[in-house]
Amino acid sequence: MKTAIIIFPGSNCDNEMERFLYAYTKIKPIRVWHKETRLPNVDMYVLPGGFSYGDYLRAGALATLSPIITELKKTDRKILGICNGFQILCEAGLLPGTLRINSTEKFICKPIDIITWPVHHQRRIPIAHAEGNYYHPNPAKLVEEQKVAYSYYLYENNPNGSTMGICGIRNNNVLGMMPHPERAFESYHCSQDGFKILEDFYA
Amino acid sequence: MLANNEIELINKRLERQPNTTELHVFDAMWSEHCSYKSSKYWLKQLYTGYDGDHVISGPGENAGVIDIGGGDKIVFKIESHNHPSYIEPYQGAATGVGGIMRDIFTMGARPIANLNSLHFGSTDDKRVIDGVVKGIADYGNCVGVPTVSSKCHFFECYRENPLVNAMTVGYTNKEIFTSIPNKKGIVVYVGAKTGRDGIGGAIMASEEFIEGEDKRPTVQVGDPFQEKLLLEASLELFETGTVIAAQDMGAAGILSSTSEVALKGGYGIDIDISKIPLREDGMEPWEILLSESQERMLFVLNSEKTGEVESIFQKWDLDYVSIGTLTDTNNFTVRVKDEVVCDIPLEALDAPELQRPTVKVKREDINIPVVTDFDMNWVWEQYDSQVIGNTIQGPQADPAIVRIPNSKKAIAMTTLSCAPFCYYNPRSGIRNIIYDCYYKLMSVNAIPLGITNCLNFGNPENPSVMHDFKEVCIGMSETCEELLFPVVSGNVSFYNETSGKGIMPTPVIGGVGLIQDYENSDYNISR
Repeated sequence: MKTAIIIFPGSNCDNEMERFLYAYTKIKPIRVWHKETRLPNVDMYVLPGGFSYGDYLRAGALATLSPIITELKKTDRKILGICNGFQILCEAGLLPGTLRINSTEKFICKPIDIITWPVHHQRRIPIAHAEGNYYHPNPAKLVEEQKVAYSYYLYENNPNGSTMGICGIRNNNVLGMMPHPERAFESYHCSQDGFKILEDFYA
Repeated sequence: MLANNEIELINKRLERQPNTTELHVFDAMWSEHCSYKSSKYWLKQLYTGYDGDHVISGPGENAGVIDIGGGDKIVFKIESHNHPSYIEPYQGAATGVGGIMRDIFTMGARPIANLNSLHFGSTDDKRVIDGVVKGIADYGNCVGVPTVSSKCHFFECYRENPLVNAMTVGYTNKEIFTSIPNKKGIVVYVGAKTGRDGIGGAIMASEEFIEGEDKRPTVQVGDPFQEKLLLEASLELFETGTVIAAQDMGAAGILSSTSEVALKGGYGIDIDISKIPLREDGMEPWEILLSESQERMLFVLNSEKTGEVESIFQKWDLDYVSIGTLTDTNNFTVRVKDEVVCDIPLEALDAPELQRPTVKVKREDINIPVVTDFDMNWVWEQYDSQVIGNTIQGPQADPAIVRIPNSKKAIAMTTLSCAPFCYYNPRSGIRNIIYDCYYKLMSVNAIPLGITNCLNFGNPENPSVMHDFKEVCIGMSETCEELLFPVVSGNVSFYNETSGKGIMPTPVIGGVGLIQDYENSDYNISR
């Protein structure tokens, strides 16, 4: 599997994403600068975490004006957005819903248990975000259309006030999620569940 | 403000009266914050390693550099941002983190970890605690450097003098760059535009606070996104081989960065400040020179390969302008277009060293409070401690451990302070802190490499404060030499006094150690 990482000014999880994808695919990912107007020929495009354009205005909003987003809207290859990447995909209209400021009004960084949808498997993946409070007016419809990919395990574990504890959304070839799988694969990480996220996406 | 005898000395050195701009220049450069005039004499006596050891660069540079073998180098420093953090906690703390990270990447190293040591009045001091923690978190998280260690201490004397000490550790396996030019070149200004924020910041940090006085305009405003761009662009620029010297713009902004680079290299400098991109209209020459607007850097570059340099800054959308050159005159010359507004010999800018009087006083007994109503997880979870994916041990454990990218090596790091001990006996207090730091690093099988210090004290014009300072310096020197644990960088913060009430002597030590193989090392995993 060949991959490419789309880098915006302010992306800051690109280096660990590169190591993570290399560890899984054994092929060095291609780095693509946001000002490019053509996508490389690979199987999956990844939008890493960070603070594109400093998250000024709204997280992910300014990044959607980059030329590369127009190209992403046309492709039928897989697109994975993590954290800020998820925020960009929502802002660009590639995924339904929106991400608001955490209900705690604080940045939250900690390992957390999440479950897959529609069949429930548990995964332990770290979160680190200030705007991860997922909102959708009609979560029942999302479940019915099988667009919910991940939610926090158990309602009490919802750290940020997300609708139904949703933390990952899937729409055909596009997956966006707040937790960071690239921080869950080395021996010293909180778990090695990161690769399972890639397997979930391909299953 | 300059004292009368200092003004006399300036007149004597210049053999004339300085003009307004020049007077502002002296005022800033001779402030305690920029000149270290009260502390220089004692700092010179610190143990900084021996010839042929692992220290590549010691105190005096932007940060200390230590060789950890195989071409790998660790760059680190701790710095205070106490005064701004009391006036405006959020911006004060945020720009403190920004400043120390710039010190690290100015030397060509990528920051891999942030640490901090915070001292507050009490746990109910919400304005300062909330602001400081959020300021540190927002800045570090946005730039993408993990904050892996944070310590909070509470004691009444810090209520109006909170201490915010931030430390950054960087890593590189490439060339180290310094602020000392070894040949002449063009002087280039890069980064954010210059505004009126932070004017007089260095002078503000060199005076006691008087209650009710509004000092807010002297605090800088941070923009972590700009810092991230500056970080990436600078590291790309170092790769081109055009950089002769680099210096970040900290206290006394353009003034201190340009004059220091020239002075250290033994050159003169000639700059035209009308070329500097400004955020506001009608700024006076001295305001431009003294502005402490954040996220700005100074480079001395070879005049060749300008096309390559330009394309890097265009890629990152950064302002970049050549403002002058290094010269052979040994003069600090500032122009506004053709008009010379400041022309003084660089040696005249070197502040006179002071040996302030010291007096030992008997200490009254104090009650040391036991704090149980503060949840450190509330602090730690606001910091992104995992970004870059190399954190082996984060803030929940002590020391923190961060892996060197793509290697089996890891760096153990911690900050330590124990003010009450230093209050009773400064010399054995600092000895205790350094030993504690050394053993903490050893406890995770790390080889202790060196320390950086942040010396927070009250008013140095008070002989009993100066006595504490002297004792701490002597104690630190003795202990470090015993342990072969060199001081490679540091910072002094005097005048932590408001309305006559000062802090206890509060030296903070940041220690760094090397773990050769993190996979076969004993560390207490706590996740």
